[in-house]
Amino acid sequence: MFEQVVTSFIASAAFGVLFNAPKQSLIKCGLVGMIGWVLYYGLVELEYDSIFATLVAAFVVGVISQFFAKRYKMPIIIFTIAGIIPLVPGGLSYDAMKHFVENDYNVAVQLAAKVCMLAGAIAMGIIFAEVMNQLMIKYNRRKQSEKGAPLK
Amino acid sequence: MEDQRSLNSIIDVCLLAGKIMLENGAETYRVEDTMIRIASAFGCKESQSFSTPTGIIFSLDGDYPISKVIRISHRSTDLHKVTLVNSISRSVTNKELTVREAYIKLKELEKANVAYPLWIQIFAAFISSGCFTIMFNGQWNDFIWACIAGGLGFACLLHLHRLLEVRFFAEFIASFVIGVSAFWFMYIGLGSELDKIIIGAVMPLVPGLLITNAARDLIAGHLVSGLAKGADAGLTALAIGAGIAVAFVIL
Repeated sequence: MFEQVVTSFIASAAFGVLFNAPKQSLIKCGLVGMIGWVLYYGLVELEYDSIFATLVAAFVVGVISQFFAKRYKMPIIIFTIAGIIPLVPGGLSYDAMKHFVENDYNVAVQLAAKVCMLAGAIAMGIIFAEVMNQLMIKYNRRKQSEKGAPLK
Repeated sequence: MEDQRSLNSIIDVCLLAGKIMLENGAETYRVEDTMIRIASAFGCKESQSFSTPTGIIFSLDGDYPISKVIRISHRSTDLHKVTLVNSISRSVTNKELTVREAYIKLKELEKANVAYPLWIQIFAAFISSGCFTIMFNGQWNDFIWACIAGGLGFACLLHLHRLLEVRFFAEFIASFVIGVSAFWFMYIGLGSELDKIIIGAVMPLVPGLLITNAARDLIAGHLVSGLAKGADAGLTALAIGAGIAVAFVIL
């Protein structure tokens, strides 16, 4: 597990460099990626389904990214990308491709369908986090207006 | 006449900000939002923005309606520039910058090169490839070979991007190089698992940014740009897969 923590941190921070994220955000990129990956890895180790694990990890990545984006006044995309990269089903899509090349279409199509499901789970997780955030903002505003404070 | 001239310069600032953001990989909704915010900070409360990955249409309504189109032909990923445009737009909305100052700042930013030095980028690809191999349950003695294959592939990609107009082809060649070098490591008996080396080495090429942006745009209701970015991501994935596949078939 320890090597997973270290490698996922380094890999996510290095991806920040590839996307040319600002220097001061690289450590946070690594942190987001690490949390997402460790969560995913832990859930899979506990024998949860990988789609469910991806969904949960992506949701947490989304929530942390919202927090970092607000706190450090940076575009949220910097953090979500770094967090999501480890979750992208690269290995599985490679496997699918390999089976296609080997003319083993039955397995290949199964794997490709799984890749689609995983990609969808990532997107859903991120969107859930965003929707939650919007609901929170709306809720806070309503509370403020009930107190009589001016709407922003 | 005076009004029209000032509107013209406002629309130029908005379009330039939108262009820089879109060229460097920002989400569509953020681009549109930023442009409308800048316009409203300069006193144009009514404005419409329509951005797609290949162009922006922006118009200011009011007494003298005016609209302009800008074409985006080159796209890359540079989140630092997106961040800088973001902070410029924030100071515009706080009324810290005039139209002229904002335009000059954005023009400087458009030309500026804020990227990391080449060797750092290649080193980042190098190290992340190895890390991904470990993350996908590879063995530590494959670490260094995945690093080398990934670094080589990414260096190829950077070089070919400059050489070729067609991005698809550059990605194809880069992943082909990765496939060949991984095979070669196996052939001379250095690596232990071919699959893990290739998966790790290919990760720096994976269009993660495009996929997430596409999904977010689609769900946010930006159907045109969501589909376009999805197609872009699909093409890239296909190029990577095809490069590896060709290496498989040849060797």
